[in-house]
Amino acid sequence: MQSLAGACLAGLARAITGVIPIWLGTKPSRNQRIYFANHASHGDFILLASCLEPEERARTRAVAGADYWRSNRIRRVMAEDLLRTVLVERNGVERTQDPLDIMLKALDDGQSLIFFPEGTRNMSEEPLLRFRSGLYNLAVARPGVELVPCWIENMSRVLPKGMFLPVPLLCRVIFGAPIAVEPGEDRTLFLHRARQALLDLKPTNNGAGR
Amino acid sequence: MADIYRLFIGLIAVLCAASLVAGILTWRSSKPASSTLVNLNARIRAWWVMVAAISLAFVFGRSGVIILFMLVSFAALREYVTLTHTRRSDHWVLIGMFLIVIPLQYYLVWTNWYGLYSIFIPVYCFLAMPALAALWGDTSRFLERISEQQWGLMLSVYCISHVPALVTLEIPGNEGRGLLLIAFLIATVQGSDVLQYIFGKLFGRNRISPNVSPSKTWEGLIGGIATASLLGSSLFWLTPFSPLEAGVLAGIACIMGFLGGLVASAIKRDRGVKDWGHMIEGHGGMLDRTDSLIFAAPVFFHIVRYAWT
Repeated sequence: MQSLAGACLAGLARAITGVIPIWLGTKPSRNQRIYFANHASHGDFILLASCLEPEERARTRAVAGADYWRSNRIRRVMAEDLLRTVLVERNGVERTQDPLDIMLKALDDGQSLIFFPEGTRNMSEEPLLRFRSGLYNLAVARPGVELVPCWIENMSRVLPKGMFLPVPLLCRVIFGAPIAVEPGEDRTLFLHRARQALLDLKPTNNGAGR
Repeated sequence: MADIYRLFIGLIAVLCAASLVAGILTWRSSKPASSTLVNLNARIRAWWVMVAAISLAFVFGRSGVIILFMLVSFAALREYVTLTHTRRSDHWVLIGMFLIVIPLQYYLVWTNWYGLYSIFIPVYCFLAMPALAALWGDTSRFLERISEQQWGLMLSVYCISHVPALVTLEIPGNEGRGLLLIAFLIATVQGSDVLQYIFGKLFGRNRISPNVSPSKTWEGLIGGIATASLLGSSLFWLTPFSPLEAGVLAGIACIMGFLGGLVASAIKRDRGVKDWGHMIEGHGGMLDRTDSLIFAAPVFFHIVRYAWT
């Protein structure tokens, strides 16, 4: 049921966006990975997942905000049963479970993650918001997992925030070379480098994406 | 419909010859093959697929052709809109273009309502889309946005829909042979593209408009259009035209096709991209393959409609 839903969503994403993966800095592999990407649309992780090979897609889950996806029943069923997202509580004061523990548990179960280090959908004019520390914490806790930067192009125009019908536009997902925390590298430095690695993938042609 | 079989057997023979020549060239060339040769092989493979798609549509007759070109319009408009400046406030207008305008235009062609499908986009959509955008209240880059939307519909939907509309023309003595007219137009215009490419590669010296397209040369243009007119003339048996009329019509369609390619190149150059998309391997996007047909189809349609019906 879930793999069928996944295949249907991937097919739908391809039909609407004609998405092709650009494997710029890495190739599809069986290594366990955290795909970290820019985030501006609910379609983002479906698009990214549709670029993965079926076996990799089957074991890849997206990390999403529990406060949003548990706020009503339809969202809860979609997020938990249909899309199999890893739900984490973003609000540090009210939360009952540490997000890091939940994500590490998923990693320890052998799953790959899709992770949006900005922590929320980017509605600003900036191409990319400041990274939250989650990516660093994951990288330090599980150094064996590859961190792959993925630039998602145009999805925010296909399905902007607050819209439920997508406009068909061509999308691409550009996969960069994996990065890792270097010895002695602190949190700020690493997050800055990771953000830059993602920004470097952003195409610079002056047409699309305004 | 024996004529249609003759045409497709001819096409398959041409493609076989092309595959054979490209195969020999690849086999004799040094390894790895040059990028031109790799691209040539990809293009020929894509032609096999395109001929197969058109043949399949022809099997289903008028409805098949209309559905095929509706899908072509969808892919073309998607590529076009991707390169334009859309804003969040355009969302519903854009959805309307895909979900309402495309199906409605092709439905009107299907019902042969010439009086409406010939003005639906240039008049009604032209007025309705800026009105909707204004009602929405976002005035940022207003003129730019509505012009780009209108242009997209004209190119990708209105003009392309004149290809299947050929099947609805009621030409005395040509009843039931509308599909062959479509085959004639596609064969000559696409043939002209291929011939211009070949002549340009072999003899190209003087560029027509180096700012717009480095690959379009006078030698390619003249050689391509002359031979494509001859090709059109030799395909007269598909049409209600005499050999001379077929040659002249083919020549006009090919000149329009050349201009379409030039305009498409100018748009791409303005947007800083080389191809419209990546849908057809070796060719680029749907618009890279149909830009010539877009300019040729309405003119061809109206000449035939005026002079033969």
